Amino acid sequence: MPETSAGTLTAPTKPEKQRPGGTLYRGREGMWSWVLHRITGVAIFFFLLVHILDTALVRVSPEAYNAVIGTYQTPIMGLGEVALVGAIVFHAFNGLRIILVDFWAWATRHQKVLFYIVVGLWVVTMIAFVPRHLINVFSH
Amino acid sequence: MSTATLEAKQTDATTQSFTVTFLIRRFDPDIDTEPRWQDFDVEMYATDRVLDALHKIKWEQDGSLTFRRSCAHGICGSDAMRINGRNRLACKTLIKDLDISKPIYVEAIKGLPLEKDLIVDMEPFFASFRDVQPFLIANSKAEPGKERVQSVAERERFDDTTKCILCAACTSSCPVFWTDGQYFGPAAIVNAHRFIFDSRDDAASVRLDILNDKEGVWRCRTTFNCTEACPRGIEVTKAIAEVKQAIMRGKP
Repeated sequence: MPETSAGTLTAPTKPEKQRPGGTLYRGREGMWSWVLHRITGVAIFFFLLVHILDTALVRVSPEAYNAVIGTYQTPIMGLGEVALVGAIVFHAFNGLRIILVDFWAWATRHQKVLFYIVVGLWVVTMIAFVPRHLINVFSH
Repeated sequence: MSTATLEAKQTDATTQSFTVTFLIRRFDPDIDTEPRWQDFDVEMYATDRVLDALHKIKWEQDGSLTFRRSCAHGICGSDAMRINGRNRLACKTLIKDLDISKPIYVEAIKGLPLEKDLIVDMEPFFASFRDVQPFLIANSKAEPGKERVQSVAERERFDDTTKCILCAACTSSCPVFWTDGQYFGPAAIVNAHRFIFDSRDDAASVRLDILNDKEGVWRCRTTFNCTEACPRGIEVTKAIAEVKQAIMRGKP
């Protein structure tokens, strides 16, 4: 058998960056807004699941309910609430953007602008919320 | 004097060649179990295209490199591939538009079965295309010796989607299609759009019915990867949105 010929592939010289899985698709604003929308959506779903379960506890025993809610009054949960509000605010604004993109031809053409408006609105909302909230969390 | 230097510089820039590194994701089903990256150094000019680099590699360095191309001028739609992580036609991607200080990554389009190197099995893609009945279905007969008359505005209505060359750059850029191969995909919907909004066609309701499916237009999550990938500049996501609205109205 010949050592090498045009038809046979020899042991490849390994490139420095080995990425056998293929490169990550380099989508733009539309793709990343969708990724964020999905992640925040799933996160909000799990929050709601826990939220419904702990609220339902009050029917089982008000003492148990108070005990569970009491464990939430920590700074770590306070920071978690920042993340939760951040996720909900993004999901809400981006949801409106998706509705516009689906129903309004202008918005379909200018979805990138709308994405940056969503990010802008998110930043403004969070600036209004986060300092006030953190003061509440850390002053108790 | 300054003009002369400027001109000299410009000619330098176009005639000067430089070495470009290509990292190509290769797969030979007879040898490999997994695709692997292989690098090639190619002498290129700024005005060359990625397709020229592939030709140089195949003709001068490694004849086993496998890829599709036919017209080499952006009409046939054979050489759609992922260049630096984005779906592009190799024949329409100029070296000067890429950052050559880093290697250029070239790999097959995503979401269709990989056959060899840069070649994928296009059959699932064409199956979806056939499913939307991409041909004129007209009940009316044109007058003998005449064509069916259509106004400029009526023709303009679907002009954008007539440009499709079925290269699969859009369908294989769609995150929904990657995970759900049953989804019709942007290209099939674009070609349905072309007939749904054609005033001479009478089977719009049939096509809208086909696309009003779990795996039809409602799978679209408006990521706009397809619009961004289309080498013909078709506003693909907009076309899909128009089909969605036509289904909700029940008519084009």
